[in-house]
Amino acid sequence: MFRLTESPRLSEFERKVLPHLDAAYNLARFLMRNEQDAEDVVQEAALRAFRFFDDFRGENSRAWFLRIVRNTSFTVLKKNRPDEMNIAFDEELHGGQTPPMDAGVALDRAQDRQSVRAAIEQLPPEFREAITLRELEEASYKEIADIAGVPIGTVMSRLARARRQLQLILSQTK
Amino acid sequence: MNHHEIRELLHAYADDELDLVNVREIEQHLRACDECRRIEEQIRALRHALNNDAPAYRAPARLRRNIRAALRREAKATERNFSPWFVFATGAAFALILFAFVFFQTNRASRGNAIVDQVVDNHVRSLLATHLVDVASSDQHTVKPWFDGKVDFAPDVHDFAMSGFPLFGGRLDYLDGKTVVALVYQRNKHPINVFIMPATGSSDSSPALSNRRGYNLFHWTRRGMEYWAISNLNEAELRQFIALLAR
Repeated sequence: MFRLTESPRLSEFERKVLPHLDAAYNLARFLMRNEQDAEDVVQEAALRAFRFFDDFRGENSRAWFLRIVRNTSFTVLKKNRPDEMNIAFDEELHGGQTPPMDAGVALDRAQDRQSVRAAIEQLPPEFREAITLRELEEASYKEIADIAGVPIGTVMSRLARARRQLQLILSQTK
Repeated sequence: MNHHEIRELLHAYADDELDLVNVREIEQHLRACDECRRIEEQIRALRHALNNDAPAYRAPARLRRNIRAALRREAKATERNFSPWFVFATGAAFALILFAFVFFQTNRASRGNAIVDQVVDNHVRSLLATHLVDVASSDQHTVKPWFDGKVDFAPDVHDFAMSGFPLFGGRLDYLDGKTVVALVYQRNKHPINVFIMPATGSSDSSPALSNRRGYNLFHWTRRGMEYWAISNLNEAELRQFIALLAR
């Protein structure tokens, strides 16, 4: 009836879901591309996750939570910045499909953290999502597919294209 | 696999997402194909750069605090809510209590009415028949012992001849499913029947007047005994008598 003491549901949620707060914020931060929106999205996603916590059936709590963060982010993006959603990365503008021969060498000359972040932010949202989850959160293709709600094949092609674009951007910011 | 198919799989290869058979085939191809080797190196260089520069953001402490606070509020707000079962059970309990109350009240009211009718009937019957009293005596010391062994309680019996209400006698009667004591007093040819029985409740109540078929009735409870007094005597004089009796 009354729960006057600490809610057991809340403690379980804090134990299973809150450890993924950094991953959640990182994903939201790259999708929203600014601090305030990222914080808002993660806070809302955490509350939504808590409300739907009964639906969580003990699989992968990180993928479960990140899916909610991802969906919340895309909902806000579609609502508040619909034009951003439609910008496809202009590969022609960035000098064709294939990165220059010295792209790898250029990368070796140590990018600073800010330019790497800026480069990721230039990608379309779905590519930012794939790169963030794969490279920064080390999620498997299967997890990324679960979080983004797309087939693994789509994850593979998004990653391939996202990487090509990243290489182009980074080699040009030199 | 041809060169194009291999190229498509180089990312999955670099990500360790391929099975062993595919991995062997790709490694064989890489030894022979300069272009694929260059692409694969670029992928690894990019991954290296991304990991080295650790561009991942960490959740600010402020966000963490805000979320914990919001969750606590949410938990309080939602979990004070009652489960559907509790709501149902409470509703059912209330309905039951309400029903029982109404039933009890109706029952009590109808029992009250039924007793009043019985009292009047008993009174009228006692006057019609030649059975006004079983023991005809104005002596309380004769009347009171007469009830011994006939009812399981000992009624107070007093003669109020000095006040103008002489005791006429006593008899056994039947009221509300029980054998009761009936005392008969007389006031200027007006007989007064007083029915006495053990009270069902324990609380005393002061005499309450009601009228039925031209008779005045008083009902009260005192020291665990329930009294009904009935007569065609006027209310003022009957009240005078009741004052003596309920003293």
